[in-house]
Amino acid sequence: MAEPRLKPTGKRAGSRAVAAVCVAAAGWLAMPATPAAADLPALHEALTDQPGNPARGRQIVRDQGAASCLICHGMPITEEPDHGNVGPPLHGVGSRYSVAELRQRLVDPRSYNPETIMPSYYRTDGLYRVLGRFDGRPIYTAQQIEDVVAYLAGLREPAP
Amino acid sequence: MRAGHKLAAVVAGAVALSMAAAPQAQQTTPAPMEIDGRKSGYLFMESATRMLQDDDFLNPAMFAVDTGRMLWSQPDGAAGQSCADCHGAAEDSMRGVAARYPLHDAELGQLVNIESRINDCRTRRMEAPALPHEGAALLGLSAYVGLQSRGMPMEVEIDGPAAPYFEAGREYFHARRGQLDLACSHCHDDLVGQRLRGDVVSQGQINGFPIYRLMWDAVASRHRMFEWCNTSLRAEPNALGSDVYLALELYLAWRGRGLAVETPAVRR
Ligand code: HEC
Ligand code: HEC
Repeated sequence: MAEPRLKPTGKRAGSRAVAAVCVAAAGWLAMPATPAAADLPALHEALTDQPGNPARGRQIVRDQGAASCLICHGMPITEEPDHGNVGPPLHGVGSRYSVAELRQRLVDPRSYNPETIMPSYYRTDGLYRVLGRFDGRPIYTAQQIEDVVAYLAGLREPAP
Repeated sequence: MRAGHKLAAVVAGAVALSMAAAPQAQQTTPAPMEIDGRKSGYLFMESATRMLQDDDFLNPAMFAVDTGRMLWSQPDGAAGQSCADCHGAAEDSMRGVAARYPLHDAELGQLVNIESRINDCRTRRMEAPALPHEGAALLGLSAYVGLQSRGMPMEVEIDGPAAPYFEAGREYFHARRGQLDLACSHCHDDLVGQRLRGDVVSQGQINGFPIYRLMWDAVASRHRMFEWCNTSLRAEPNALGSDVYLALELYLAWRGRGLAVETPAVRR
């Protein structure tokens, strides 16, 4: 499959994510600290056929011009200064969540917490007044999501 | 013009009374930087940044104030008049004005802020062209006028004809927007004190504007800051001076009610 670009496979990923929300919404109150894998919405199917590349993923999440995760999260990327502390540190996140859960989190963080401030990196609908050059585009392409998921999955060390 | 001459007469009287008031707005105890949980952006700044604001000789925004002071008494436009011809000494006639703005002007039938009032005076009374947003002249004049309220508590009117604007501003502040899908309130109510990259998030108060922003190495208006936060969210900004931004400005001024006007403040 060719890499789906700017127009994401919105329908595919989107409807799946919505279905996941419904499942999760049933008993949803707050994010459990140590989630039991079965309770979490997860996106099992990769968005592209090309497997994610963790080294590329690491480059992507650093990129200041691309809504970097570092705005909100501490990460094991010591060469970058000024990590945010709005979200939990992502050290060790690969041992806390499955690949499918990490993918789900990037595609639809609201399926984990309807009130979350973490943006969806793959959504284009339901947004208001998106700046012209970003309108109709997700923050990350499908392949970028896969790369970042691969990078996150490899984060196994707890914060120092 | 009519109103202007009346004003000039009143002012002339007042000038005589307060000629000796050299360090303006410092005669009375200044209003606080924190009141009932409302906090000035000053309290989120590092001490080096605060020091720049605290000393008028170091504060880079004072150059804008000087520009404004110079323009205040410089005639312009077909009517051949200056601000001072109608208003006299700004130290008297402009004292407390910025603390009450934006307000609803019945004659114009709309909300006006300091910048739009300056341009209203220019176009209707001086018969001069409106000054462009973020140009040195408008920033200078609004900083100079704002300085005359320094230390006074912000206190805007939100009832009566201002009420619909206030509600629109409140709604704007709480609406998610942009590709990042965040509302102003997510950061400036919920994340206050936390770090977003290199910034400590403040309450987004507007009591210091126009400010000198170190990141831009420039003096900036309230509306330019709204524009910056909008584009940071990858949201389409509104036009500087637009009704929407005026409404937002009114809501934010109320949100900071009681805070001391700090114009011109220094921020990161
Ligand atoms: C504007 C803030 C913000 C940005 C930007 C952001 N996040 Fe988050 N993230 C959060 C918050 C807040 C949480 C806590 C849970 C919640 O509210 O959803 C979170 C939770 C997470 C979690 C779960 C962590 C745990 O230990 O439970 C992961 C994984 C994650 N984010 C990954 C990312 C990645 C990867 C990026 C960038 C591609 C990113 N986030 C960008 C705010 C953000
Ligand atoms: C993702 C976070 C975020 C959102 C959402 C946000 N801002 Fe900000 N804002 C900041 C940061 C960071 C700063 C600079 C540090 C500070 O003063 O908080 C700032 C500064 C400001 C300031 C200057 C405060 C001062 O003391 O000089 C104002 C005013 C402001 N924002 C208004 C708004 C408005 C209006 C909106 C909605 C359109 C908004 N902000 C949305 C992050 C945000």
